[in-house]
Amino acid sequence: MKARIHVTLKQGVLDPQGKAISHTLEALGFNGVEKVRQGKFIEIELSETDEKKAVEQVEQMCKKLLANMVIENYDYKLVS
Amino acid sequence: MKASVIVFPASNCDRDVAVALQAVSGKAPEMIWHGDADVPDCDLIVLPGGFSYGDYLRSGALAAHSPVMRSVIERAHAGVPVLGICNGFQVLAESGLLPGVLMRNAGLKFICKDVHLKVERNDTLFASAYKKGRTIKVPVAHHDGNFFADEETLKMIEGENRVAFRYCDERGEVSDASNINGSRNNIAGVYDKTGKILGMMPHPERMISPALGGEQGLPLFRSILDRLH
Repeated sequence: MKARIHVTLKQGVLDPQGKAISHTLEALGFNGVEKVRQGKFIEIELSETDEKKAVEQVEQMCKKLLANMVIENYDYKLVS
Repeated sequence: MKASVIVFPASNCDRDVAVALQAVSGKAPEMIWHGDADVPDCDLIVLPGGFSYGDYLRSGALAAHSPVMRSVIERAHAGVPVLGICNGFQVLAESGLLPGVLMRNAGLKFICKDVHLKVERNDTLFASAYKKGRTIKVPVAHHDGNFFADEETLKMIEGENRVAFRYCDERGEVSDASNINGSRNNIAGVYDKTGKILGMMPHPERMISPALGGEQGLPLFRSILDRLH
């Protein structure tokens, strides 16, 4: 089973990198870019086959290490 | 004074801080490898600057979970003073010993220069040799030094008088113009609730002799020695 995890900045946390990306997109002529937020994508291959247990594992992984809950949110999908 | 300096893979200020500690105390600190399970009995633990684990995931995040940190956290809870400089500050924030987090500098650039700091407190074991409100000049060298905490945490930090140093100009004025990296409330260093844990982005160990450009980092180490002697 694979976990596909997105870690993103919380609302209200400034994202200077997203802003820089947005400026460059504009400079490249892409109109209508209203806002860019940058995050991380992490893919983890799990040996766990039970979905419920996998969810518990991934939750713990996100809270303990993958996301810093002071500034980040996480979201994931399990795919078999 | 018996000090322990924790060495992570890619720490690069471990020797600088060892030199500073030896210069004030006459005794070399013990260098403790990150994979060691225990920090020996000591009066002070220092987490040095550098780029532990290549800054992978987030600065300090992987080091915060390395084997030695369990022992560091235990000793910190037992009252052993802990000083985290630069990457060490990032590790302390990631480990939960200090509030907030160090984000990418607002200007996105790595900043390496001498900056001015306002000493906010001198009633702690790290700052007793400074005058309160004094302006000191010490270098910074970081990419992720932008201190962030949510409103509630920031209120708690300010309310409990836990700011150690703020970025200011040479006249001591704390303003947006002197905020080099976008840190909330110009915070350059912060204490835990007890004042025994200090995390700071600037490098006092790089300002301990005229040959290095000045001695304004020296009183920090002298303060520690005075209190722990």
